Amino acid sequence: MLGLGVDRLQADINRLLASLFHQGVLDEHFLQLQQLQDETSPNFVYDVINIYFDESEKLLRNLRLLLMDREFSDYKKIGLHLNQLVGSSSSIGARRVRNVCVAFRSASELSNRPGCLRGLEVVEHEYHYLKNMMHELFQLEQQRLLAAGVRYPI
Amino acid sequence: MGRDGGVSCLRRAEMNMMSVGGIESTPAPAPAPAPAPAPAPLDLDEVHVLAVDDSLVDRIVIERLLRITSCKVTAVDSGWRALEFLGLDNDKASAQLDRLKVDLIITDYCMPGMTGYELLKKIKESSNFREVPVVIMSSENVLTRIDRCLEEGAQDFLLKPVKLADVKRLRSHLATKDVKLSNGNKRKLPEDSDSVIITPPSPSLTISTESSPPLTISPDSSDSSSSSSPPLSPVEMFSSSPIDNDEDDDVLTSSPEESPIRRQKMRSPGLD
Repeated sequence: MLGLGVDRLQADINRLLASLFHQGVLDEHFLQLQQLQDETSPNFVYDVINIYFDESEKLLRNLRLLLMDREFSDYKKIGLHLNQLVGSSSSIGARRVRNVCVAFRSASELSNRPGCLRGLEVVEHEYHYLKNMMHELFQLEQQRLLAAGVRYPI
Repeated sequence: MGRDGGVSCLRRAEMNMMSVGGIESTPAPAPAPAPAPAPAPLDLDEVHVLAVDDSLVDRIVIERLLRITSCKVTAVDSGWRALEFLGLDNDKASAQLDRLKVDLIITDYCMPGMTGYELLKKIKESSNFREVPVVIMSSENVLTRIDRCLEEGAQDFLLKPVKLADVKRLRSHLATKDVKLSNGNKRKLPEDSDSVIITPPSPSLTISTESSPPLTISPDSSDSSSSSSPPLSPVEMFSSSPIDNDEDDDVLTSSPEESPIRRQKMRSPGLD
């Protein structure tokens, strides 16, 4: 019975991952991260993704503060923040977030304020979608580990 | 983005890495009294890599990539911290130099303050470290940028996100280079420090002449192919092997987005 739980959970995880890949939310670099996880570093993916979340949320907050300022004009700074976001998103395989950041960056290079505001909204949306999906993935993974642990007591 | 002070940032990053490594740790004050970027202890068998990247996520990933390929890693968040670590941040030679063993420097290109290119130049200008291979990482595939770096003496140029296969290739090259050197182990430190401090680099210790092409040619096996194989054709010259290819037989695989770039380089920077 518990064995079936593990298999079902694994199937759910696989289905979710496949869907995220299919949607282009994730790309193969996410799988690269998983390659770096092993028994010496069993929580690597989880930890890196969480650091990514922390870093990204700081950047997104700063971006919003900058753009909400009525006297805002520092597009270069926006560009620098976005470079960070593009880079880190790319590193963890967050393809869609990366792509919308690139689009946002183009607007900033044109000093297009309304474009930047729209760009930021899109990035925030994609970022939160990714975060929710990652949380779901981690939850499933955790349940799977628990189920597997009960099935195979150490 | 450049963060607050290099040492504290590194310590924080290292604490993050401690939890990343599965060791339970809360962000408590670091127990180690020494500042984080201390010179590497004298471990002659380990490859020591200095990694430079202003992005915390990327530092963690590159550090993990290097550790998984059996390297010791010191990760810093800026070119200035790197120079500080190497003892190049002031004009007098560091007295501790003979304890510092760096086998490879891998740096991001785009960093605030000092770019990876500027760091590369400074390293190549230094008598103590110009022999150390420097690898540049960049998320942008800009041919002029790549050429510039290679002309300045970079050993290799990696597109980000860096893959495990890329790092394995670098690692196997470092292992090969040590086997090949005629006076035996490069890592005998007294000789090593003598040769880098006192004399101009002698040809037998110069890595760039013989080994630069092999660095970007992924050897089939770590020992044999680099010394005997002729330079490969441009298409074969670099690799980005499929993800699940764990052997280093990734010589012939080229990913489309990378081949035009790497094709440019293959002359050894040391042969000028």
